[in-house]
Amino acid sequence: MGSIKDKVAIIGMGCTRFGELWDKSAEDLMVEAFKEAIDDAGIEKEQVEAAWQGNQFVAQNIGHSALPLSTTLKLPFIPVTHVENMCASGSEALRGACYAVASGVYDVALALGVEKLKDIGYGGLPDFSNLIGTKNRIIFPNMTAPGAFAMLATKYFDRYGLSPNEGKTMLAKVSSKSHHNGCLNPKAHLRREASVEKIMGAPIVAWPLGLYDCCGVSDGASAAIVVRADMAESYRSDPVYVKALQIAVSSGEELVYTDWDYTHMETTTRAAAKAYKEAGVKNPREEISMAEVHDCFSITEAVTMEDLQFSPRGKVKEDIDAGRFNLDGEQPIQPDGGLKCFGHPIGASGLRMMYEMYKQLQGKAEQRQIKNPKLGLTHNLGGFPIMNVVSVFIVGH
Amino acid sequence: MVGIISYGAYIPWYRINRGIVYSSMGWLNPASFLPGEKAVANYDEDSITMAVAAGMDCLTEFNRGEIDALYFATTTSPYRERQDAGIIATTLDLKPNIRTADFTDSIKAGSTALISACDAIKAESAKNVMLCASDCRTGKAGGYQEEMYGDGAAALLLGDDKVIASLGGSYSVSYDFMDHWRSQWNTFDRTWEDRWIRDEGYTKFIVEAISGLLKKYDLKIEDFAKAVYPCAYIRAHADIGKKLGLDPSQIQEHMFDTIGNTGTAYPLMIFVAALENAEPGDKILLASFGNGSDALFFEVTDEIEGTKDKKRGIKKHLASKKDLSSYEKYLTYRRMIPIEEGIRGETVAPTSVSLAWRERKVILALSGSKCKKCGTPQYPYQRVCANPKCGAVDEMQHYRFSDKRGRLFTFTEDYLAFSPNPPAMYGVIDFEGGGRSMFDLTDCESGDLKVDMPIEMSFRRKYVDEARGISGYYWKAIPIRAQ
Repeated sequence: MGSIKDKVAIIGMGCTRFGELWDKSAEDLMVEAFKEAIDDAGIEKEQVEAAWQGNQFVAQNIGHSALPLSTTLKLPFIPVTHVENMCASGSEALRGACYAVASGVYDVALALGVEKLKDIGYGGLPDFSNLIGTKNRIIFPNMTAPGAFAMLATKYFDRYGLSPNEGKTMLAKVSSKSHHNGCLNPKAHLRREASVEKIMGAPIVAWPLGLYDCCGVSDGASAAIVVRADMAESYRSDPVYVKALQIAVSSGEELVYTDWDYTHMETTTRAAAKAYKEAGVKNPREEISMAEVHDCFSITEAVTMEDLQFSPRGKVKEDIDAGRFNLDGEQPIQPDGGLKCFGHPIGASGLRMMYEMYKQLQGKAEQRQIKNPKLGLTHNLGGFPIMNVVSVFIVGH
Repeated sequence: MVGIISYGAYIPWYRINRGIVYSSMGWLNPASFLPGEKAVANYDEDSITMAVAAGMDCLTEFNRGEIDALYFATTTSPYRERQDAGIIATTLDLKPNIRTADFTDSIKAGSTALISACDAIKAESAKNVMLCASDCRTGKAGGYQEEMYGDGAAALLLGDDKVIASLGGSYSVSYDFMDHWRSQWNTFDRTWEDRWIRDEGYTKFIVEAISGLLKKYDLKIEDFAKAVYPCAYIRAHADIGKKLGLDPSQIQEHMFDTIGNTGTAYPLMIFVAALENAEPGDKILLASFGNGSDALFFEVTDEIEGTKDKKRGIKKHLASKKDLSSYEKYLTYRRMIPIEEGIRGETVAPTSVSLAWRERKVILALSGSKCKKCGTPQYPYQRVCANPKCGAVDEMQHYRFSDKRGRLFTFTEDYLAFSPNPPAMYGVIDFEGGGRSMFDLTDCESGDLKVDMPIEMSFRRKYVDEARGISGYYWKAIPIRAQ
């Protein structure tokens, strides 16, 4: 099997402010993210040879197919592809652009993720009735995303003997850290400090997860310009190179077979192991300088630390307590505030994670700048613990 | 010898003290006061789901492939047209080459269906017939019916081999007596004056039917160990006994103040309670009331000994209960007041009828598959084996999960998901013997659930697609209570 390592580079990125953007349409968001990305890359629209559009809830303001991206940006009859892999749709778009360029067919490709969630009239994500097929509503519970991930917390607490208070305290620390980072980010949706006490006292959304255990539901878009690695420095002196790109999709055995423990993500575990091999990373805990992971819920981030081998199994609490993942810690996680506080416009999130890694590697993360990062990782998860899609990217100089 | 092979019953978990109803609505109609409590179907239960529960209780050890007909009696069918018995037969995983029929429009339909089932067996047009009777009736707020009506179901398996009680005979009287009625345009029953119902109907017809039966078969009232007949008015129930010359000890307890009047199921539920305490040789009298009366009598056989404590029946269901402390919740469960569902609650995707038909075994019978190569049970039905070490393709046989118990692997209480009874509770169930899936949990309240607790499956109404007039049914998990 081949490798993507050092075959492609990102030379430009854009990201809108995320939030409840009542006055902005999906078109507005796509234009803003695209404009920033090509300005950053120093290219013209006409130089883009192929494009990928990632988004999930097509019924919300956007529409099916790749036409929304192409017609909004007036892309000149080039190949444009719509990809959807639930919350990993943005990473899926970037993956399409990376492999297209790596194939040698295109020199410059665009990946753009967008989501317009705040037109549905109620909190949380749009209804899931048909999310996994029309049989879904008939046989599966009327499940929400918080509920699906709350079951991860229920089982994690039970397995590792954490009382509800101990478990919720651990999770509150995860969210509190992201709130601090979000405050430092002008583009973040939620920019407020949140103490552990405040988080612990918040109303329950899906037991044991409370309001502050859940990420923001936001509108937003983000974009990347991908070029051949050997051309990258002709565009700019500080391109960011892709070192690994892996996706793992559930086989269905987590839900149907009885081996899976519901205290880890099999997809993340497997995608990460492959990505480390692809990038030549031997000791992820030491070698990965920073990461943006899919903290749709506080428990997801906690478990992901173990799946990515940043913390030993069942031991993430010790690292959280020690502040390892804080901005000033040994391995900062969610320096931009994460899904928790930057917000989560589904299709844009994978590219938003990359936006932060890109800026950090270029030393342009301002107040959030991590000292001398070498390798950054993004982890983007779509679906539920019991059935999901995970992408892991590793990028560096 | 035609008679009863097995019995089952179902009483919903919730009971409401009639004082709660009265304290909310008694101001409107001070004369509506009744003592005791009544059984209340949960928000996701109706006549069909309760019939299935009673049927499951009845069928525990019987080979379902040997049932030739399923009769269902109710006056509260969720559908005006769509046969309930067909839904119940599919749900109970009975074979398709059976006869199904709904007996309805009178609360004596349960006893009439019982006579018809026995007739079919006598005529040798069926060997074994399953009868389910169930009602979930609502009265208008503040009325006597609201206080009187309770929810419940009974099931009897009839046949001619190894009967626990043989049918001696029956006698019926039928009258177009409009004590209560419900036209095609009405949601609630209308009634005539109670004194007239009591004096001209209730106390006359039951006595007439039982007297006719005694005369027809040359029986004496003192020959019976128990007499079973429904209660519409507590004092009049006792008066009927006096008129018939029954000693109070011969009258089977009517449960009017513990369950309420459960319509078509009511005489059969009292009958099940009588069977639970019956001894070989006992003669039991059973009469119904509703547009006349059916009277039947049974003689208990030695086979009764083998059924003792094998069923939940009435006794165990009665003991397993939860007080519903809110009248407003009761009204919400019966869909009597419009609740604020929010936009999320209004979002109901269209039901595909062709999909539901194609997947009927998976959805209604909770039938998954078991791999013939590795033996792994899996739900829903898989074509490719989910065992990563196997992966066999098209080596599956159907495997029923509805009668399997399991453990609650993990769960949540979800306040974001729409539920008419929040929080929405759901979890992952690992079944004894293998197999895993995700299910709603019901008959439980916030704080009741624990990881690893034992659960069983219960057939429920999963959603109501009002725009298309469809009640969608499926299985939920419930904590095991009535042992």
